[in-house]
Amino acid sequence: MTASTRTVRIGSAHGLHARPAKLFAQAAKDAGMPVTIAKDAGAPTNAASILGVIALGIDQGDYVTLTADGDDAERVLDTLSELLATDHDA
Amino acid sequence: MTQQLRGVGIGLGIAQGPIARMAEPLPAPDDAPSLLGVAEETARARAAVSAVARELEERGAAAGGAAQDVLEAQAMMAEDPSLETEIDDRLSQGRTAEWAVHDAFASFRETLAAMGGYLGERAADLDDVAQRVIARLRGVPAPGLPDPGHPYVLVARDLAPADTALLDLDRVLALVTSEGGPTSHTAILAREKSIVAVVGVSGAEALLDGHTVVVDAAGGAVTVDPSAEDLERAARRADARAAAASAPITPGALADGTPVPLLANLGKAEGAEEAVSLGAEGVGLFRTEFLFLSAATAPTIGQQREAYERLLAAFRGKKVVVRVLDAGADKPLAFLNDAHEENPALGLRGLRALRASEDVLREQLTALAEADAAVRASGEAADLWVMAPMVATVEETVYFTALAREYGIRTAGVMVEVPASALLADRILAHADFASIGTNDLTQYTMAADRLLGSVASFQDPWHPAVLRLVREVGAAGVALGRPVGICGEAAADPLLAVVLVGLGATSLSMAPTALADVRASLLAHTLDDARHVAEAALAADDAASARTAARAASPTHREADQ
Repeated sequence: MTASTRTVRIGSAHGLHARPAKLFAQAAKDAGMPVTIAKDAGAPTNAASILGVIALGIDQGDYVTLTADGDDAERVLDTLSELLATDHDA
Repeated sequence: MTQQLRGVGIGLGIAQGPIARMAEPLPAPDDAPSLLGVAEETARARAAVSAVARELEERGAAAGGAAQDVLEAQAMMAEDPSLETEIDDRLSQGRTAEWAVHDAFASFRETLAAMGGYLGERAADLDDVAQRVIARLRGVPAPGLPDPGHPYVLVARDLAPADTALLDLDRVLALVTSEGGPTSHTAILAREKSIVAVVGVSGAEALLDGHTVVVDAAGGAVTVDPSAEDLERAARRADARAAAASAPITPGALADGTPVPLLANLGKAEGAEEAVSLGAEGVGLFRTEFLFLSAATAPTIGQQREAYERLLAAFRGKKVVVRVLDAGADKPLAFLNDAHEENPALGLRGLRALRASEDVLREQLTALAEADAAVRASGEAADLWVMAPMVATVEETVYFTALAREYGIRTAGVMVEVPASALLADRILAHADFASIGTNDLTQYTMAADRLLGSVASFQDPWHPAVLRLVREVGAAGVALGRPVGICGEAAADPLLAVVLVGLGATSLSMAPTALADVRASLLAHTLDDARHVAEAALAADDAASARTAARAASPTHREADQ
């Protein structure tokens, strides 16, 4: 198995709501492998689902855990972590 | 073939362009078993979802900016993998694609709505996507505002506040509605934003997308498939009107030089600058409710004084008519009256509510007098007039004017909104320094039709000769006693009705500042004799619609416009 996991702190001032949620879900979808996102100790959700991501109600400063399962999992997590740590509303 | 539909025009504008209809919301699909089978329903659902997502992306790319983000997010919602799972679950149970889409979206909608706030608002985005997919499955236009990709004449049943907020004013050439009267949301929006509009157009349901229309608000007419000559004439009038709008702003007056001061209705001191730039010669109605609404207790004298000072300082040397707190009916205030009333419009409201809580009234008068003194001390004073709302009797008039003068208010008057005070205007004006007619409430009480009730909206028309007769009573009393009679309310913003009101004896008109240019132009086209003649024609009619027609026929300018 090549599943990798990483925990990231959310940088966007408005959390993972409108635009950042869209950018993140789009990137997860484009990753070409299953990616999940979980808030704190909550259940993992399909990261490519914008509705699922929005419904997590993630705010700035929250910690989320990403899991990617594929050959290039580490690179995918690099990209997604950077997206989450950036403040897109700045 | 050229065809003409009639309705109620808002303002004096004229515009032309292709129709785009606002489609009606779709009814929820039935939960009937599919007759097509799972494979075919799945293919239908996939195709519709994908088509809607591509369409939203294309619209986003065309719009750019913040709108692009919203539209792209909606496209992603349409193709969301979690949603697809939910849709597939329902399809595998033998449901139709329409029902599966409707129900799957509804389940996500509830999750979002329950989270409230920003996320709750996203539920509306999701609804919009669901309606688009279902419309696509049914082969009907998607509901909501159209987006034909070019400027258009919007044809709708009526516009809800949510629709008007989304209107792209650069794209909308004119508004035509089949329902709604002169006080509908559409009419209010049209007046505020100076959009050409004809409302309550019978036959508008049959107007088709893409057909060209001329929308003539001055004539209250919509010309379908106009001739080249019609189009040219409309363009000429639009140009002439644009020229008039940029004409120098002169004080309100009739063609023979009779002055009719044009004043602004304001709800906040912040609107002062815009009102002055549009030619307001003062304020004819300053509503003080904004200070009190959403407050659990009355604001302090200091808070009020500060707001009034800002207002008066913006109108030094000009008239400012302030209405004391008008609570009750459509704007209830818990600290004044929290009793449940069966008929709040007929209940403890306006001056009645203030009298029951006299300290609130006394504090307001104190703050007004202090603000007046403070502005006077720092330069030229404003000419402060103060009036009470919903005055029904001579005794109430005596009460209010005496109390106002006790606080040093120089000019104290009353609003005439109740037929009783219009009928006794000669006795009321023996005590009050002036009267101001609130035509919206006067119409509501004359016609016994709740302003807020859609089912009786057709009664709410200030052109009704019964309302005009009451205005005549007040006008005549004002002339006999030498007291000013102002008009504030939607009626003064109607350019032809404004002429009628002056013909009935009104000495000043107060309106939303955006209506000033049209009313100024209309007054300048009539002499006082013309105005009286037009008013007589309207008074002699049987109902509001024929009063409007008779006034138009009697007016020299409108006769010309109709030819």
